[in-house]
Amino acid sequence: MSEPLLELRNVTFCYGLDRPVLRGCNLRIAGGDRLALAGANGSGKTTLLHLTVGLLRPASGEIVAFGRPRRREADFHEVRRRAGLLFQDTDDQLFCATVAEDVAFGPLNLGKPRAEARRIVAETLGCVGLPGFERRITYHLSGGERRLVALASVLAMQPDALLLDEPTAGLDEASTARLTEVLRGLPQAMLVVSHDRKFREAVTVQTLLLCEGRIDAGPS
Amino acid sequence: METDGCNALPARYLDRVDPRARVLLAIGVVGVVAVAGRFLTLGAALAGALVCAAVSGNPWRLLRRRLAALNAVLLLVAVVLPLTTEGTPVFHAGARPYTREGLLTAAAVVLKGNAIVLASIGLLGTLPAATLGHVLSHFYVPDKLVQLTVFTVRYLDVFRREYTRLRAAMRVRGFRPGVNRHTYRSFGYLAGMLLVRSLDRSERIAAAMKCRGFRGRYYLLDHFAFSPARDVPFAVAAALAVLALAWLEWA
Ligand SMILES: Nc1ncnc2c1ncn2[C@@H]1O[C@H](COP(=O)(O)OP(=O)(O)OP(=O)(O)O)[C@@H](O)[C@H]1O
Ligand SMILES: [Mg+2]
Repeated sequence: MSEPLLELRNVTFCYGLDRPVLRGCNLRIAGGDRLALAGANGSGKTTLLHLTVGLLRPASGEIVAFGRPRRREADFHEVRRRAGLLFQDTDDQLFCATVAEDVAFGPLNLGKPRAEARRIVAETLGCVGLPGFERRITYHLSGGERRLVALASVLAMQPDALLLDEPTAGLDEASTARLTEVLRGLPQAMLVVSHDRKFREAVTVQTLLLCEGRIDAGPS
Repeated sequence: METDGCNALPARYLDRVDPRARVLLAIGVVGVVAVAGRFLTLGAALAGALVCAAVSGNPWRLLRRRLAALNAVLLLVAVVLPLTTEGTPVFHAGARPYTREGLLTAAAVVLKGNAIVLASIGLLGTLPAATLGHVLSHFYVPDKLVQLTVFTVRYLDVFRREYTRLRAAMRVRGFRPGVNRHTYRSFGYLAGMLLVRSLDRSERIAAAMKCRGFRGRYYLLDHFAFSPARDVPFAVAAALAVLALAWLEWA
């Protein structure tokens, strides 16, 4: 078995004083893994992804990422670069006015020079099938295009693993098919949250089920 | 300020010149007009501003609407100001005299207001807001202000959509605003909901930014290119125009 990239060990989490959303949850993502995560609405899938990249902190349990346990904010800077999170709502993710600026945001933050950032932008937009979209306005894009641009902005960080939160939500069949193609062509390990069984089967090889705050290996 | 505009190919002359030059010219004109007192200066500035507005490519409808709103306010000033200024009476409105000095000041205010608004619309109106944000950051305006400009523009549309959605949700359930408690309470909920949602969203955006390596410094992708062949003539003409106005005023 290859060394895990991301691992949740016995993680418990609750918002405020509510009953816990996650209760002793275990998850392991290794290089080359293609996992899907399913579960009822409100079962805590989004919460789990946010815990993995340190946007939320577990009440107990441990998060091990890229070979090291991560606890403090500073520990997670590297995790967020190497594990790209695609948000459930693209309006949260695309915050720059133009597509080029948005996709370049990550690379520029990583200290890449402008010329290099431009090259990465052109390359990743090509990779998601939107070449020439640099000057377009993010909020005038269609839902499907927006999702692909959001994916490009994640890919521009050149992550080792992808965490995708309902990437097909709100997409029509053609856009879903396009996204499926793009995702199948990517080399990264990925964990995809999706309610769409056909999509899961096309992109991933195993489905995990989040239920009662724990993960079981579900039907594939 | 325009919230989009990048999809349109820059065809007009103004859209092709370096945006920094446009912003500087606007600052120069507005600065001189704001302190100027001579009618010659103000008239020349108004004429120049009219030309700018005419060639800027702003739709006439928009210009008319802006000017109508401005002059409605200025009319009030023009009516009240001469009454409250000491000086030689010209004619009387009721018991109060309209003074010569007051009328002149009012005329100057009207001219100034129109010149400033026309110049701003003409020079900055078609500048995409994101570009304006970038220009500001090139002028060493603090990062926080620049970010505020850029983000406001990006999310105005999202909030408008959110508002429209909430309003539609109210309307499909038969809500018709009236003068009653139910209306006030419902609009209260609407405002509260918008506020809470905005707060939530800002937190999620901050999270998304962190995920992409944001640590408090905003980097710009666009670098403006100063092209001598295109921008020097414009810069020279702009500088001369501002100097001419200053000369009319102070020579
Ligand atoms: N910011 C928050 N504050 C309080 N409770 C929250 C918050 N975010 C989520 N929850 C609650 O935590 C639970 C898990 O939410 P989460 O968003 O992780 O579910 P999910 O599996 O992603 O659902 P969906 O399929 O609808 O996206 C839900 O019961 C939700 O109400
Ligand atoms: Mg979710």
